[in-house]
Amino acid sequence: MYAFEFDRPATVAEAVAALAAEDAQALAGGQTLIPTLKQRLASPSRLVSLSGIADMKGVSTKDGVLTIGGGTSHARVAAEAEAYPALAAMAGRIGDPAVRNRGTIGGSLANNDPAADYPAAALASGATIVTDRREIAADDYFQGLFTTALEEGELITAVRFPVPQAANYQKFEQPASRFALTGVFVAQTADGVRVAVTGASEDGVFRWKDAEAALSEDFSEGAVKDLTIAPDSMIADLHGSKQYRAHLVKTMTVRAVRAAS
Amino acid sequence: MPKDSGIGASPKRREDVRFLSGTGNYTDDINRPGQAYVHFLRSDVAHGRLNNVDTSAAAAMPGVVRIFTGADFEGVGGLPCGWQVTDRFGEPMQEPAHPVLAQGKVRHVGDPIAAVVAETPEQARDAAEAIEVDIEDLPAVVNMKAALADDATKVHDDLNSNLCYDWGFIEENRDAVDAAIKGAAHVTTLELVNQRMVANPMEPRVAVGEFDRGTGDYTLFTTSQNPHVIRLLMGAFVLGIPEHKLRVVAPDVGGGFGTKIFHYAEEAFCTFAAKAVNRPVKWTSSRSEAFMSDAHGRDHVTRIELALDKDNNFVAIRTNTLANMGAYLSTFAPSVPSYLHGTLMAGNYKTPNIYVNVRAVFTNTVPVDAYRGAGRPEATFQLERVIDKAARELNVDPIALRRQNFVTEFPYATPVAVEYDTGDYTATMDKLEEIADVAGFAERRKKSEQAGKLRGLGVNCYIEACGLAPSNLAGQLGARAGLYESATVRVNATGGLVVMTGSHSHGQGHETAFPQVVAEMIGLDESMVEVVHGDTATSPMGMGTYGSRSLAVGGSAIVRATEKIINKAKKIAAHLLEAAEADIELKDGAFSVAGTDKSVAWGDVTLAAYVPHNYPLDDIEPGLEETAFYDPANFTYPAGAYACEVEVDPETGKVTIERFSAADDFGNIVNPMIVSGQVHGGIGQGIGQALLEQCVYDDDGQLLSASYMDYAMPRADDVPFYSVDHSCGTPCTHNPLGVKGCGEAGAIGSPPAVVNAVIDALQSGGKAVDHIDMPMSPARVWAAMNA
Ligand SMILES: Cc1cc2nc3c(=O)[nH]c(=O)nc-3n(C[C@H](O)[C@H](O)[C@H](O)COP(=O)(O)OP(=O)(O)OC[C@H]3O[C@@H](n4cnc5c(N)ncnc54)[C@H](O)[C@@H]3O)c2cc1C
Repeated sequence: MYAFEFDRPATVAEAVAALAAEDAQALAGGQTLIPTLKQRLASPSRLVSLSGIADMKGVSTKDGVLTIGGGTSHARVAAEAEAYPALAAMAGRIGDPAVRNRGTIGGSLANNDPAADYPAAALASGATIVTDRREIAADDYFQGLFTTALEEGELITAVRFPVPQAANYQKFEQPASRFALTGVFVAQTADGVRVAVTGASEDGVFRWKDAEAALSEDFSEGAVKDLTIAPDSMIADLHGSKQYRAHLVKTMTVRAVRAAS
Repeated sequence: MPKDSGIGASPKRREDVRFLSGTGNYTDDINRPGQAYVHFLRSDVAHGRLNNVDTSAAAAMPGVVRIFTGADFEGVGGLPCGWQVTDRFGEPMQEPAHPVLAQGKVRHVGDPIAAVVAETPEQARDAAEAIEVDIEDLPAVVNMKAALADDATKVHDDLNSNLCYDWGFIEENRDAVDAAIKGAAHVTTLELVNQRMVANPMEPRVAVGEFDRGTGDYTLFTTSQNPHVIRLLMGAFVLGIPEHKLRVVAPDVGGGFGTKIFHYAEEAFCTFAAKAVNRPVKWTSSRSEAFMSDAHGRDHVTRIELALDKDNNFVAIRTNTLANMGAYLSTFAPSVPSYLHGTLMAGNYKTPNIYVNVRAVFTNTVPVDAYRGAGRPEATFQLERVIDKAARELNVDPIALRRQNFVTEFPYATPVAVEYDTGDYTATMDKLEEIADVAGFAERRKKSEQAGKLRGLGVNCYIEACGLAPSNLAGQLGARAGLYESATVRVNATGGLVVMTGSHSHGQGHETAFPQVVAEMIGLDESMVEVVHGDTATSPMGMGTYGSRSLAVGGSAIVRATEKIINKAKKIAAHLLEAAEADIELKDGAFSVAGTDKSVAWGDVTLAAYVPHNYPLDDIEPGLEETAFYDPANFTYPAGAYACEVEVDPETGKVTIERFSAADDFGNIVNPMIVSGQVHGGIGQGIGQALLEQCVYDDDGQLLSASYMDYAMPRADDVPFYSVDHSCGTPCTHNPLGVKGCGEAGAIGSPPAVVNAVIDALQSGGKAVDHIDMPMSPARVWAAMNA
């Protein structure tokens, strides 16, 4: 770790102001950022901790929309998002207890790790990412590996999830990291079905449109069990080939539909 | 009634209180006054010529005390290799130099190029980043077959090739084996990989070197399994420090699994630098550094043939193995694929003809050396896999095929140079079938199938030679060290005992088990016995802990020293009781005269030894302290039978271990709870190898599995509740306790059971899969099913 200055503001406005400093960076749960700093892969001049901002924490439901503060820990979502059980279950399986008690939804979505769980949930749910300056639809937010629509110094203050009629997340774990080797989040709403896939693609989280179309017609295992997805743009690494990941996308989709229906 | 103390009882491990309450004293807890910190600049390329290392900018950085490079070690010895293997043509192995800091070339990612000593660890690291290294990249030699090609780039320019040795065992058997295979009714052939492993003890390595200018004495605190061996190797071969001026301390050590046996560059560096900068120098490995600097394990590529006659009797075994040595020879590296592997190729079976060929190869990877089991897991794996494959080809029951070929008469001299003293393989197999409920398997398989899963049962046997080792035999085989063990038993005036042992405990529970032995012999409470280990200043010259040798060899030394104590104490008691020594009996901590009610307590005798007012001073010296060195007459041969039941998810290839049973013959047992714990841990590591762990390099010699994000360690939910039994003990015939050693068994015996089970499961699902290389990750199992 290199030396840095440290701030712990109490409001979003103060945090945004502090982040205007050159090479300043937000620190939420630190579950991604701290290991990066320890390996000296990043050298921010100033860390702006979001942990003192009460407004960014909490889970609430109103008019069929679940709103999670950007600084809310995975553990809290697991415990408090009863209105959206598939989301609560997903949050309850991120990492280990230490990770869940420190790591936050804002940090996860800002980081947009290609194998993280929240991006799949947000994209499948058609969530809205609320920042200190605007609202971004999930469809516009995720822009490839570790890349998002966020601007320099822009903070995720909340995420709004319309609660679907039925939903389920199936995570097939990478054996070492236990991130998703492939994870599929299926959400059925009045407007149709959305299927978001994490862990599998070289382009990060994506919607599997063929499956969405088939499931919007007929929300059943049978609708997807004979679909295939091309392996070309899938990730190949130590833990699985492109073909294996393509196979898992289908298998996890079938399982998610089975569990949701 | 189980005993509640002494041999055979299971008192809780006394050392665990401090380990679990944060009051242990690990090497990183040691901080010496005025200490400076070292950071090693390590190569980030696998192979390259070091054109220049410019430390000038770095030397001017804040807090820098001094920067060392390979040039500073030109007058210093290299890291020695402790075992010389002679190849099948009678020539010694090729043995490259292994400098403390790289000289001329870097040969693996992680090879240390320079070392910065600074006031703080951060300053040392900052300065290391400012060192300018000019490296000319050379082609990396990674694949072993490619390394042996005629035109291969050489890892060591001054050697003839990348071949360390081409070893034949036993070379004279070669023709007979070839002939037996030619004439056999059936030959089963299997090619397999025993993948490279990283030991990953919970505590990373640490070294603190110190030099006392007043006395000229050096001290090294280090995370070692054998501090005396480090003292000898580093003192005599690297730094030229006589042993009486060098103390090596290995305090609480948080796991070793073999990788803390070896003498490492960082130890020599810290000791050397402590004098050079006249301050204690400390190094603490990060986990990332551990992946690229701790010696790795396994890494064999093998072809094995098993020949059978028309009645399915084994008639010959022939194996050809490529064994990766990595870039340099780690301390015991050459012995692992040779003598610790070839000698076990008979397994539990009476096969008359066996020939083992091993070619050990240098590559641009981290050195490979002993890892829990060391050579014996590799032997067991190939043998037990090929037997299973043969059973399938011949359509016979794999358990029956094993039983039919068991060695049943002891002692049994194998065709690979060892003699099993005792064992009962039929008894352990019977016990295994009982505890694993083999009879109920078909029913369980049905249930799994109803749930859409494939279920498989895998069984295997293992034997290991441990309790390393008779020194004279090891010497004939190329060991450059003795392999005895030592103990000093010191009885204090008020009766308490201190056992100073050359064995080293880094998780094994010696502080609990050894007192059980001594307390039993004298008839005292175990709390009166304390174990001291891990410090060359307090223990007699010992060889340390590995090869499941601590109780069999170290424990035997303790028994011998305690016997001497008892003999002397009886003389003192005879004097106090005014009786003949021959009439003195020791029972429950008191000496009595046979056939009378006259007795003296243990404490009366020990007090007399140190306050010798009424004492036979003409016959014996005051004091009560004895030392014994024990050199075993043979290895010990623990053996057993293991069974694994798995479920395979045919949709994803994911393997779940449903049941795991182990029936072991460890001879006599001192502490059954500790033995079970050792077996549990070993099986956990074996399951880790079978399903999860693999150390992978890419073609450029970059380490792909360089952290826990990609190197999959087994976790609690990856393993089942084990069913272990060690009631089938046949006592070792040649050590005083009749014990055999249990530390490695689990890691040796479990991987083939898991693989056999997965193959059985896939076959039951109609998949014509006869082998999957470890780790059997979901991706690999799925690929095999869908090939
Ligand atoms: C052992 C381990 C296991 C894990 N397993 C999983 C898993 O199974 N699945 C999974 O999805 N994740 C997993 N994670 C990652 C975890 O979910 C992290 O919590 C998450 O990636 C980052 O969240 P954080 O709050 O810790 O963010 P930090 O590490 O503090 O920050 C991450 C990045 O986001 C930025 N940032 C943080 N908060 C905001 C905000 N509100 N607005 C804008 N930018 C922000 C930071 O500046 C930084 O760039 C694991 C992590 C660890 C250490």
